[in-house]
Amino acid sequence: MIHVLEKFSNAIGVSGNEDEIRALIEETIKDHVESVSVDFMGNLYAVKPTKAKNAPHVLLVAHMDEVGLMVTGTESNGLLRFSPVGGVDSRLLVSKRILLGKERVPGVIGAKPIHLQDRNEWKSPLPLSALYIDIGASDEKEASAKVPLGTFGTFQTVFESQRDVVLGKAFDDRAGCSLLAELLMTENDEEYPVHITAVFTVQEEVGLRGASILAERVRPDYCIAFEGTTAGDVPRGVSESPSTEMRKGPALSFMDRTAIGSDKLINHFSQTAKIKNIPYQYKKTVSGGTDIGVIHIKGGIPSMVLSVPVRYIHAPKGILAVEDYKNAIRLAKEALMNFKEVL
Amino acid sequence: MKTEDMLKALTEAPGISGSEEDVAHLLRNYFARLTDEAFIDKFNNVIGIKKGTSSAGKVMMAAHIDQIGFLVHTFEEGGFIRIAPIGGHDPRVLPGQSVIIYGKEIIRGVIGTTPPHLQKSGDTGKVTALEELYVDTGLKEEDVKTRLQIGDPVLFDNVCTRMAGDYYSAAAMDNRAGVLVLLETLRILKGLKHQWDVYMVGTVQEEVGTRGGALTAYEIKPDVGIAIDVTFGDFPGIPDRQTSKLGGGGAVAVGPNFHPKLTERMIALARDWEIPFQKEFNPRPGGTDAVSMQIAARGVPMVQVSIPLRYMHTTVETLDLQDIRRAGRLLALFAAHIDEIHGEVVG
Repeated sequence: MIHVLEKFSNAIGVSGNEDEIRALIEETIKDHVESVSVDFMGNLYAVKPTKAKNAPHVLLVAHMDEVGLMVTGTESNGLLRFSPVGGVDSRLLVSKRILLGKERVPGVIGAKPIHLQDRNEWKSPLPLSALYIDIGASDEKEASAKVPLGTFGTFQTVFESQRDVVLGKAFDDRAGCSLLAELLMTENDEEYPVHITAVFTVQEEVGLRGASILAERVRPDYCIAFEGTTAGDVPRGVSESPSTEMRKGPALSFMDRTAIGSDKLINHFSQTAKIKNIPYQYKKTVSGGTDIGVIHIKGGIPSMVLSVPVRYIHAPKGILAVEDYKNAIRLAKEALMNFKEVL
Repeated sequence: MKTEDMLKALTEAPGISGSEEDVAHLLRNYFARLTDEAFIDKFNNVIGIKKGTSSAGKVMMAAHIDQIGFLVHTFEEGGFIRIAPIGGHDPRVLPGQSVIIYGKEIIRGVIGTTPPHLQKSGDTGKVTALEELYVDTGLKEEDVKTRLQIGDPVLFDNVCTRMAGDYYSAAAMDNRAGVLVLLETLRILKGLKHQWDVYMVGTVQEEVGTRGGALTAYEIKPDVGIAIDVTFGDFPGIPDRQTSKLGGGGAVAVGPNFHPKLTERMIALARDWEIPFQKEFNPRPGGTDAVSMQIAARGVPMVQVSIPLRYMHTTVETLDLQDIRRAGRLLALFAAHIDEIHGEVVG
């Protein structure tokens, strides 16, 4: 199970540039579904029908894209200017290794040495205007030949396993993608009592763009999004909510900034968890938004988000507990297998 | 072994100040192939001696083998780890870094950050002080405590990456770049005749006060000393006069720390052999081994050559390998002629 997450996490797919991760997902799932297709924006659709009569049609979504950078300028000394793509805290970009474009050209974002700084300089964050990507090019011509303007960049991070956790990049939302892929990769004797359209969406991180066209194209009865979400059970102020906590099971969201979860679906999932003895938790913050925000309002589609808690999303390296990931897969699968009889 | 492979091995070997065993052993093995005698002293300084034809004098070349890092300071509830800095850190470099903790087992972790979703307004304008940062291994508290203890070294996770041209980027280029210059010098010196004994020294604890340099210069008592370190590479936002150009050759230091005539002769040698070099100006005694070697024992006339390095004391220190090759060539020629040069200018 972790193997799929590892492959997906290591793949590159910054918003608007999801080719590599899409090809990998397609290759992983295509033998387990009836058909796959891609729309003009790059969303990847997989259809998994059921033989059951009058079965509800469930849209399952996970976004393929990850936050990153785009190269937007070249300096005469060969250094590159860039802009963040999606929610990237520019304080996290200082002193990081970056991979650029399909060729994975290595670059680094450096900073002025502490030795040459004024007394209080380190007390203010480095603004984006003080940051450059250095690929080792000695002038503008060499730089733009290797990395043309518009090239996407992501953190150079390699997936690692360590006892009961894994560390890697882009768990938001490759954890959701691999969870969804695992749901589709059923055994021969298994069949869901629902008609499933799974969509691996593009451009979630830049404003839920890919998901915006799904409701009209798929016309589902229900929608469930799978996410890697903020786990805040780390040393912080005591009054601050941890949002979700590691090792406490997959998280159900009542609401976020873009949608209120369907109580029917949430109850079904929490009941399933209780019956099957699967740990679960509720997400305690309403920050962020997900693809269901732009899906549920088009035609009134009851929707819900199920998330794997991840520490340090949108950072170079996140951490998740393997048990939370496996329990999220178990819970989603059980809930879908028993979908009809409960709703 | 190829120079670039040694750069990778040297930069990826752990060795924060005071815990230099691993990198010391690596360097001793490299020295053993290129010198007559190679050993590690009780402080983990590494010494390689290449005998000259007359052994009439001693030249000591020193590059520090230690690197900046952290120590495990406190375990917090939940298994989070507070860290204490070793050497000079900019706290703005630290959030989101991958680290490796060398405990009973090697444990990986990240320096924790707050995702934008959970930040409060105004947070992006703030720098988190080093004392407030923590390392998260993801492991349960009991798993952390049975594998790690207070004082274990914490290093940046380090991958030496080749970039365009001959540029390489890694943590610990400061000063494994200088160490590599020692090896490059020895490689070239094999093909040259030299009268004096050459002492190649990988020094410890430079980042916390140039201690290994003081200690080894006192023991060896060289007639001439050369410190080999890194210097600030060119980068926007830093005046040119404070930096040296990557690819411009080794930077020969000028200032009160350095013997003016020996320095002149080093520069003349570079000109004669058409080896690219540049000058850097250190108006006050600086922070390299030269500062302690100069006044070790009865005193040592010093010269210094540095490799231009961008982003010093970050995890992405970047250099041009050509500068290391050129500095090695210059220093090998200097060692081959040091008997004459010393006779003429120091006496």
